[in-house]
Amino acid sequence: MTNHEQSATGDEYHDHIVPPSTYLAIILTLLFLTGLTVGAAFVNLGRFNIVVALAIAVLKATFVVLFFMHAKYSPKRTKLVIIAGIFWLIILLFMTLSDYASRVDYRGVRFPMSQNTGLVDTPRG
Amino acid sequence: MHRTGALYGQFKTLEQQKDTASLGMWIFLVTEVMFFGGIMLAYTINRHTYFHAFAMGSNTLSLKLGTFNTVVLLASSFTMAMGVWSAQTGKKQLLTMFLSLTIILGFVFFGVKYVEYAQKFHHHLVPGRNFDITYCVSNPSACPDIDAEDLAIERKEIDEAMEADPDLNAHAQLYYSAYFGMTGLHALHMIIGAGLLFWLLRNSFAGIYGPVWNTPVDIVGLYWHFVDIVWIFLFPLLYLIDRHK
Amino acid sequence: MSTASATSTGPALKLPEKNYLNSTYGIRSWLLTTDHKRIALLYLVTVTFFFFVGGFFAMMIRLHLLTPSGYLLSADTYNRMFTMHGVAMIFFFLIPSIPAILGNFLIPLMIGAKDLAFPRINLLSWYIYIIGGTFTLYSMVTGGLDTGWTFYTPLSTVYSNSAVAPAVVGIFITGFSSILTGLNFLVTVHTMRAPGMTWFRLPLFVWAHYATSVVMILGTPVVAITLGLAAMERVFGLGFFNPAMGGDPILFQHLFWFYSHPAVYIMILPAMGVISELIPTFARKKLFGYHFVAAASLAIAVIGFLVWTHHMFLTGQSTYAAIAFSFLTFLVAIPSAIKTFNWTATLFGGSISFDTPMLYAFGFLGLFLIGGLTGLFLGCLGVDMHVHDTYFVVAHFHYIMVGGAVMGYLGGLHFWWPKITGRMYPEWLARIAALVLFVGFNLTFFPQFVLGYLGMPRRYHVYPPEFQVYNVMSTAGASILAIGYLLPMVYLTWAAFYGKVAGNNPWPATGLEWTTASPPPTENFEVTPVVTWEPYDFHNRPELGLDVPGSRGPAGNPAVAPAHGDD
Repeated sequence: MTNHEQSATGDEYHDHIVPPSTYLAIILTLLFLTGLTVGAAFVNLGRFNIVVALAIAVLKATFVVLFFMHAKYSPKRTKLVIIAGIFWLIILLFMTLSDYASRVDYRGVRFPMSQNTGLVDTPRG
Repeated sequence: MHRTGALYGQFKTLEQQKDTASLGMWIFLVTEVMFFGGIMLAYTINRHTYFHAFAMGSNTLSLKLGTFNTVVLLASSFTMAMGVWSAQTGKKQLLTMFLSLTIILGFVFFGVKYVEYAQKFHHHLVPGRNFDITYCVSNPSACPDIDAEDLAIERKEIDEAMEADPDLNAHAQLYYSAYFGMTGLHALHMIIGAGLLFWLLRNSFAGIYGPVWNTPVDIVGLYWHFVDIVWIFLFPLLYLIDRHK
Repeated sequence: MSTASATSTGPALKLPEKNYLNSTYGIRSWLLTTDHKRIALLYLVTVTFFFFVGGFFAMMIRLHLLTPSGYLLSADTYNRMFTMHGVAMIFFFLIPSIPAILGNFLIPLMIGAKDLAFPRINLLSWYIYIIGGTFTLYSMVTGGLDTGWTFYTPLSTVYSNSAVAPAVVGIFITGFSSILTGLNFLVTVHTMRAPGMTWFRLPLFVWAHYATSVVMILGTPVVAITLGLAAMERVFGLGFFNPAMGGDPILFQHLFWFYSHPAVYIMILPAMGVISELIPTFARKKLFGYHFVAAASLAIAVIGFLVWTHHMFLTGQSTYAAIAFSFLTFLVAIPSAIKTFNWTATLFGGSISFDTPMLYAFGFLGLFLIGGLTGLFLGCLGVDMHVHDTYFVVAHFHYIMVGGAVMGYLGGLHFWWPKITGRMYPEWLARIAALVLFVGFNLTFFPQFVLGYLGMPRRYHVYPPEFQVYNVMSTAGASILAIGYLLPMVYLTWAAFYGKVAGNNPWPATGLEWTTASPPPTENFEVTPVVTWEPYDFHNRPELGLDVPGSRGPAGNPAVAPAHGDD
């Protein structure tokens, strides 16, 4: 079977061509967000520094995925693949962290590396 | 399977072929997400447990070089996307130009990384190899690239961190394990990407990519953008811990 | 090509003149092939090789355990035996077997395509498997590994004196073979189906492999990074898993089991897919609850990713996490149970024939049931506390892996052997071999449930003398099991060259693969099929010849009651 099927205009059916002006807008946004990340790092937000940093990173990644990688203009199936990937990453991170986070904090250590199950008397301190 | 022009024999249409290639690359990128996800998990857990060591480690990285590299990679994503646009609109010379720019930016990134890595080796900050976080502070003459003011700040930070975590030297190795592991893997992926870009560049000289067939440019682009996204996360995670001190 | 079945009253059948086996000659045409059917045969040879490597180590284990006091091997050597048995069997036999052999061969045929989406990547997968296998073999011959196939740290990264690094590198590399196969299957099923082959007309074998591929794609990269980090720790001194640097061995276990639990679903889902093909064919009846079985395959793939900590209940993880994962472990049994009910319901009112593939299917049903139920025992926190790391666990997973996956593999090999080679295997010899295998298997592994319950730990080279009876029974069973494996190897090879010519559809069965010649031509179908029928629809497919006298359908077999109407 050797059909050459080329559409009259030479574009593939879902090949929405993103104009350079969009790319320019996106790269400027990304550069701005980079500056924002660095700036925010110098503000003392305590535990929220990491939250802000990751939130900005997620935003940057979203712009890259949607526009540079054309996900916005891709078929639904592509979007499903992307969401599945992110969802599985979240399973890996959150379910493992749930183990560490729910360990009984018996030495004043956050995320202790081992759990006192309470079956054996362990001296404190 | 025989090939007729751009169409491989197992496909019926170019459209089906492109659809297939694109889906294949996206699924491959999902595997990469899980691959990096594993080391991200290791990073997350260790950062929480040994925050002081991680903060200490992060502050020994050059913020200037890290930010510069981030900008370089973002720019390379821009030039890559423009390369795909050039192929889609049949501007073959622009395509060659943008591919070349992307490669050049990639090599700038490698150059900066090399400088950073060399510095770590000099300062005894490689886990397992005579690791000593106090090396530069204890031997200022061995680290001429850090000026006296910064060394004083570092000495103070180390003292504070040691108070909070007496095992700082051991735990700091975990930070550098994360640093070398994550940036090393990232660099490996970039090297592969650079190789793919060279292949595209060579083909672009022959003028084979255009509006009818530009699939390889498109899917290498997807890969390159993904590698950029990994760095978008690595930068704050490694360079921006507790910088407000 | 004749579509009549290969019966004594049918016309004499001939092999098709040009098929994928003889279309080109020479070793280069095989080693550089991109034909999915030839690649499947390349895998068959290499996977079988590793099966015998793993079997050799199994033999050493069982021989050693004949006496309680360790007469044959030192403790250190014994550790290497069970480790390499696990590594060879899991990574080089069970994970590739059905997908890389039967999946590769059949998926394009079943969906009406000429080949997979990425034929060259398919060949690359095989070469990657070879390279990974070579590294691991190198590790085996230079002294082997003693860490257990689970590579727990810090034994594997710091303290072990065995050849950990080459083995870990080998498995890392082989993982990419798995990833690329899964990627190929996923894309193929999405983009390469023939006209009319909608999702719900796909055979359940394809659904099973789709689900398996989802697991391969999402899970394998995690074990890749885990083993990569372990290798870097061993070689370069990184410290994530090393307590001396503040690292956490449990982190290794989390990362390791995040893949290795779904990996067991990679091993069983394809076998379930085979069973879903065998039972309708040999009960001559549409599969009960097709949609549920398809959905259950996907459910197993997804929920299977949420249960991994049940391998770590006794490690000091959070009790709350343990409770949550125990609950999820119970949940993952449900889709498997749905499938088992549906297979059984298919049998009800069917016209059952006891050909060899069906014998394997029956074996699967019973043994997978036992293996699956004992998995629930292990998912109970209270029970697991007592039987964790005992032979109870060993028996549980062998019932699923051998009683389930290997039975599915052998049943599938027999069922599709006529399609692959064009020739039938000797039926009576095959039935005897299947029975030998079944008896040998149960004699080997049932005593191990008892041993585990009584408290014999696994991975120990000595045991209390009161356990010797069961161990001897187990070893005796293993010898019988070995015969059960050797017989098919011999007669299937013989049959490939000298068996009776089978014709397109000897059973007859309803899949698209049976509408083309046996063996198929290189391009699979002379004309791209257009699908208008539902799967397993025996009653509306007159071209299958079920009503021809002498055929294997109800009208031609007076000893068998006619099938009831459609459910």
